[in-house]
Amino acid sequence: MGVSTLEQFRAEVGSDGPVAVVGGRTRWEVGGALADGCRLVRAPTGIAALDPAEMTVRLGAGTTLDELEAALTDHGQEVAVDGPPGATVGGSLAVGRDGLRRLRLGPARDALLQAEFVDGRGRLVKAGGPTVKNVTGYDLCRLLVGSLGTLGLLGEVILRTRPRPEASAWLAGPAHPDTVRSRCYRPASLLWDGTTTYVRLEGYGEDVDAEAASLADLGLVVTAGPPAMPPHRHRYAAEGPMDGIADLGSSVAYRAVPAPAPIVPAGIQRLAERLRAGFDPAGRLNPGRDPYREAA
Amino acid sequence: MGLRRRSRTEDPLLRDLRRALDGDRVQDGPSARQLYSRDGSVFPGGRAGPVCFPESTGEVVACVRAAIDYGRSFVARGAGTGLAGGAVPCDDPVMIVTTRMDRILEVDPIARFAWVEPGVVNLDLTEHLRGTGLHFAPDPSSQQSCTIGGNVANNSGGPHCLAYGVTSAHVLAAEVVLADGSVVALGDPRGEPGGFDLRGAFVGGEGTLGVATRIAVRLTPDPPAVRTMLLDFMDVDAAADTVSAIIASGIVPAALEMMDQRVVEVVEPFVDAGYPLDAAAVLIVELDGLPAGVEREVAAVRRIADEHGARTLRLAADEDERQRIWKGRKNAFGAIARVKPGYYLHDTVIPRTRLTEVMTAVYDIADRHDLIVMNVFHAGDGNLHPLLIFDPREPGIMDRVLAAGDEIVGVSLDVGGVLSGEHGIGLEKRRFMDRLFGPDDLAAQQALREAFDPDGRANPLKVLPTGASCGEVNHLPAVPEGTWV
Repeated sequence: MGVSTLEQFRAEVGSDGPVAVVGGRTRWEVGGALADGCRLVRAPTGIAALDPAEMTVRLGAGTTLDELEAALTDHGQEVAVDGPPGATVGGSLAVGRDGLRRLRLGPARDALLQAEFVDGRGRLVKAGGPTVKNVTGYDLCRLLVGSLGTLGLLGEVILRTRPRPEASAWLAGPAHPDTVRSRCYRPASLLWDGTTTYVRLEGYGEDVDAEAASLADLGLVVTAGPPAMPPHRHRYAAEGPMDGIADLGSSVAYRAVPAPAPIVPAGIQRLAERLRAGFDPAGRLNPGRDPYREAA
Repeated sequence: MGLRRRSRTEDPLLRDLRRALDGDRVQDGPSARQLYSRDGSVFPGGRAGPVCFPESTGEVVACVRAAIDYGRSFVARGAGTGLAGGAVPCDDPVMIVTTRMDRILEVDPIARFAWVEPGVVNLDLTEHLRGTGLHFAPDPSSQQSCTIGGNVANNSGGPHCLAYGVTSAHVLAAEVVLADGSVVALGDPRGEPGGFDLRGAFVGGEGTLGVATRIAVRLTPDPPAVRTMLLDFMDVDAAADTVSAIIASGIVPAALEMMDQRVVEVVEPFVDAGYPLDAAAVLIVELDGLPAGVEREVAAVRRIADEHGARTLRLAADEDERQRIWKGRKNAFGAIARVKPGYYLHDTVIPRTRLTEVMTAVYDIADRHDLIVMNVFHAGDGNLHPLLIFDPREPGIMDRVLAAGDEIVGVSLDVGGVLSGEHGIGLEKRRFMDRLFGPDDLAAQQALREAFDPDGRANPLKVLPTGASCGEVNHLPAVPEGTWV
């Protein structure tokens, strides 16, 4: 371990035997336990190029989100990649779960512009490109986000950055989220526990104040932050009973009980199997993990 | 395959297609084949097989199954406004034209999505949504003609994709007929399912991954405030520097477009937008959002423009003036097409911070090859559209045009750019793919393609370089009528 360059990373991953990347181990069990006897490697770390005027950043996938956030904050920017303290950028992309501010930031998969990864044959592959707009060839980057490292192991990535909002506020109150949403132009976050709506407003100070004033009419008041979210992610269904907290921005309902294993249609399963066979024919990348075990 | 003898009464492929679809929705005459042998690109056209106009998913499946049964490939096609030859058929494929699948099936204004069929015209959806406070954000310049199915295939852009993102960010789900005739649902409008983002992989597949037969698109709230500005500059560098400075200031405009003097000279007489004819370049800057922030951004753009020597800054006073400013931009390509009968267009994207030097290089390249270049493009995201215009009857001109085009691609890639921002690779840009990607990169892309279509039946010979050529499609003729960029 202690890998420093992409080429060394590729060599460490090699082309033989089960292998997985270890990041911050913050969400190690997502998608199932890693098979026994799996070799662990680490992705390159460090910010290689931060270009605030271009609004992109190139960095080793092993860099922590904390380090990236600190560097971007200096330039008034942020990225739409979310994870708990200590999580790495590569790990968070592989897990692919969006944070509570998705309505403003967009999904993580829109933030990944370029990825250099090692596939199951041990080849270093570049997907996407460094520019903020790009339709050159197939969009492999999107497949990698949320793949739990079963198609390739991320080595280095280029991410799109966003300007940080000047002002923000959390409000909460006993109004239906659809009503709240109709009063806000683009809320950053919209949560609903069946009784109370939590909304986060972001933007220029005067605009945040004006929207907050409008929401006060519905009985929403400023609050310190979002409620504590229950641990298990379910897909949100507006029709069902609410016994947790729904993040309407990513249609995830956080509940106290684990989600049942999703039912994957045969056609989707076949596509997924062919993809895995194409990128990792020996099934050596992150064996035991399956993105289709996750409900949301 | 191409030499098969075809007789109207005996061809079993035609017979099967006509059994599956009403007879008049399968056309096999020379005029239909000719019409559907080309798209908005410069290619003169390949060879179309039977031209089918399905009206349902089941009929698309029947078209695909017929292609399989008779060893043909198939090409799905919307309005045919694509600029890279993505819908140009090679070797008599079954043509699956989606224009009769044009129903808006469901609009959910609360959850903010709509299910549409692939043949719905982009602008028709936005017109349909008028009054709901919502719209479909991708706005390619061809939006009055192009279909949403085509937008999905090409991951289309448009001026407002700067702030709102390209088509992929606005497609929540799709029902797709795969090349084996099976039907799968990718994504979900009510929240992403777990697993691989197959929806994301499918968007931008240029028709090589299957045929979308129903599409769930995200609907975006109309901004409460919109301010549109026209800035003009006495030199192109100052305009390009202004673009870079606006982006670097942390403002994300809804749109930030540039037109150079040659474009303005051609466009202004047609649209009377009020573009100054003596300016070296004009910028259209549109800011939207909540009112206070928009006014602050207007002030900031004004300051940046002053610092960079903008000659005038005109703020559209009302919606009518705003529409006129945009009309010039959106119809620019049609006007340009009248100047010279031939054109060659690239769609490279470069870092926004390198705009000035690349623009200079593009003009130098055109000068050195004694060609006219016109620039009208999405400056805010660095998406160039340098148009080399020429008269193809001039002896030796094609060599110069192609050489200049290659150099423009080279300059773009040298500064860290990519081949295409929104038009796609299609047939036309395949030959450049290995300048951006190595063999292992291309093999990975091929693996994605084969996962969806192991036999290579869907729109073959597109996107990835194969060495094989598409029939007789190999030279650059005149500008097709009704083309947008």
